[in-house]
Amino acid sequence: MKHLLSAENLDRDTATALLDTADHLKRTLLGREVRKLPTLRGRTVLTVFYENSTRTRVSFEVAGKWMSADVVNVSATGSSVGKGESLRDTALTLSAAGADCVILRHPASGAAHRLATWLDGTPTAVVNAGDGTHEHPTQALLDAATLRERLGSLAGRRVAIVGDVLHSRVARSNVRLLATLGAEVTLVAPPTLLPAGVERWPVAGISHDLDAELPGLDAVMLLRVQAERMHGGFFPSAREYSIAYGMNETRLRRLPEHAVVLHPGPMLRGMEISSSVADSPRSAITEQVRNGVHVRMAVLYHLLAGEEHAE
Amino acid sequence: MTAVAHTATETTTPLLIRGVRPYGEGEPVDLRIAEGRIAEIGPGLAAEDAEVLDAGGLVALPGFVDLHTHLREPGREDAETIDTGSAAAALGGYTAVFAMANTDPVADNAVVVEHVWRRGREVGLVDVHPVGAVTVGLAGEKLAELGAMARSSARVRVFSDDGQCVADPLIMRRALEYTKALDAVVAQHAEEPRLTVGAQAHEGETAARLGLTGWPAAAEEAVVARDCLLAEQVGARLHVCHVSTAGTADVLRWAKRRGVRVSAEVTPHHLLLTDERLTSYDPVNKVNPPLRTERDVTALRRALAEGVLDCVATDHAPHAPQDKDCEWAAARPGMLGLQTALSVVVEALVRPGLLDWRGVARVMSERPAEIAGLADQGRPLAAGEPANLALVDPDTRWTVRASELASIAGNTPYEGMELPAAVAATVLRGRVTAYQGGIRA
Repeated sequence: MKHLLSAENLDRDTATALLDTADHLKRTLLGREVRKLPTLRGRTVLTVFYENSTRTRVSFEVAGKWMSADVVNVSATGSSVGKGESLRDTALTLSAAGADCVILRHPASGAAHRLATWLDGTPTAVVNAGDGTHEHPTQALLDAATLRERLGSLAGRRVAIVGDVLHSRVARSNVRLLATLGAEVTLVAPPTLLPAGVERWPVAGISHDLDAELPGLDAVMLLRVQAERMHGGFFPSAREYSIAYGMNETRLRRLPEHAVVLHPGPMLRGMEISSSVADSPRSAITEQVRNGVHVRMAVLYHLLAGEEHAE
Repeated sequence: MTAVAHTATETTTPLLIRGVRPYGEGEPVDLRIAEGRIAEIGPGLAAEDAEVLDAGGLVALPGFVDLHTHLREPGREDAETIDTGSAAAALGGYTAVFAMANTDPVADNAVVVEHVWRRGREVGLVDVHPVGAVTVGLAGEKLAELGAMARSSARVRVFSDDGQCVADPLIMRRALEYTKALDAVVAQHAEEPRLTVGAQAHEGETAARLGLTGWPAAAEEAVVARDCLLAEQVGARLHVCHVSTAGTADVLRWAKRRGVRVSAEVTPHHLLLTDERLTSYDPVNKVNPPLRTERDVTALRRALAEGVLDCVATDHAPHAPQDKDCEWAAARPGMLGLQTALSVVVEALVRPGLLDWRGVARVMSERPAEIAGLADQGRPLAAGEPANLALVDPDTRWTVRASELASIAGNTPYEGMELPAAVAATVLRGRVTAYQGGIRA
């Protein structure tokens, strides 16, 4: 694995190896006072974020630091990015400056793919930390890690992804990775928030009725609804969305006992998810964040320490 | 004096073209060209004082006419100029091109269109006919001085806001009505703007997978249907640019049956390429309207063969490297087309048996000349007619290399592709403008 650009291109063995490594790292660090491994000492990892993000950037930064890599955060406002430099020039500059890995968050779908093309022939690895409305593969990996922990295995498990599938890179990555890992995914959303052609995705079903799906699920994955969608005519009002697709106490009771609730954050409490659900033991939201660090450590490990050390 | 489109009075060395097959039919004949016209056609003509062009095995067609070319001058001379674009046209077999109005400054007034017209004449490799903007600054709000452009020395007869849709139905109605008095045609870039906010790719499975905002087929079809009805209502002519969907072909079939005076063009890339290519995110495949599906490609080929689509127009759209070597959303839409058009048409239509060489002459020369009202282009290959010719080698194959194309920009989607047939020579009013891949200035 030279880069991590999408979940679509992750085969089952690679994905499983990443999840196993994340699990191994988590157990290794458990209860340690000093959570630092020397594995990536001397390696330089850049986070390059063209979009505001706290959780993903911090998660990658912590992951790099726990592996002893030198992590440099490049923000789109404080660098030449703001001066109108092209993404290609920025990529070549950062690579030439010694980046072993560039972690890219960008508003354009396909930006990480382009970066990898431009850096072909350099040793710099690229990690897609979210490209437009395309993919966010480490989010899908951390979701899979969380589901594996809670449910044991993903094979045959039934997962509903609820909300703005149309604009969600989290949904795209999860649909691909969950299918690869053998889970059965149902998309639940109003028709306006499902992309044309979605019926050809590797999903078990598409539904507009969350209540009907709940009793048969092993997990519910809620997507965030961005403010601009609420004004874009995709649905009549936040209230109507919440009534039809929000996860609340009543809906939680319709879920089987063992079923788990996930949300990639940041949450809109009261709209996508009620506070009582978010803070209940059925919710795995803080575990998702915790697993995010271990999954990203595993990704950096596989990319920078080489497959041969990954076992 | 108003410059009438070039007449056949230029003095050129007499030319004898040996051994061509007009329209690829019958036994090889010789063409004697004198004073810009075909003087004589027949076997074994004597050379006399003529320059002899050995064209054994070549197919002779009327010189191609492109209703849709972006020459980028004035304004973006880093991507293309009238010099380089004219060279690309000549090498592609073209003897007339229509230069779109979305230059900087916009060709929405007599000064700019006369400048383009004059520069085209100075270069002299192809007749460059400026297209005038329909609305001031392509803004879609106020009619440009269409009459002044029509009456200028450029004699503008095609008006288009191409790149932008004349979306306001009232402005479109007025444009259609007003151009009736000018014997001109409005060429519409059909794209409903509210349905294509932020659109990046054909709305369908590929765009959904790649996370690219969809450009729905209905955004084109709805505008074409509306404009056909408007043209019918006011009794005007309408031309539809770059038809890209199967549904638009159906709308046009219906409108033509109804008697609406509508013509339509299709680009070579919409006849060959599909949105499957977008998976690489390489913006060389970004174009507006976007590459569509296999189903659309098949329907467009059939519609062109049937005459529902009238002609092939390149939408040749050079872009500087920095406008393509970037992330998909930031890239400008458009592809080079002039030098690959014939080969793509052969690949997409001639080889599958949908068009013969007569058909190629119809869709690449005769119909576009008629639509634009060019009297001296798209004429039959017959004695007394203007000697505007494309001589085509039907049997060769060649590999497209951007670095070998005449355009300054290199954004060809066919890079590395092997294509059939090539233009061996182009003759503009009896003068050889391109020969065996080189320009004859």
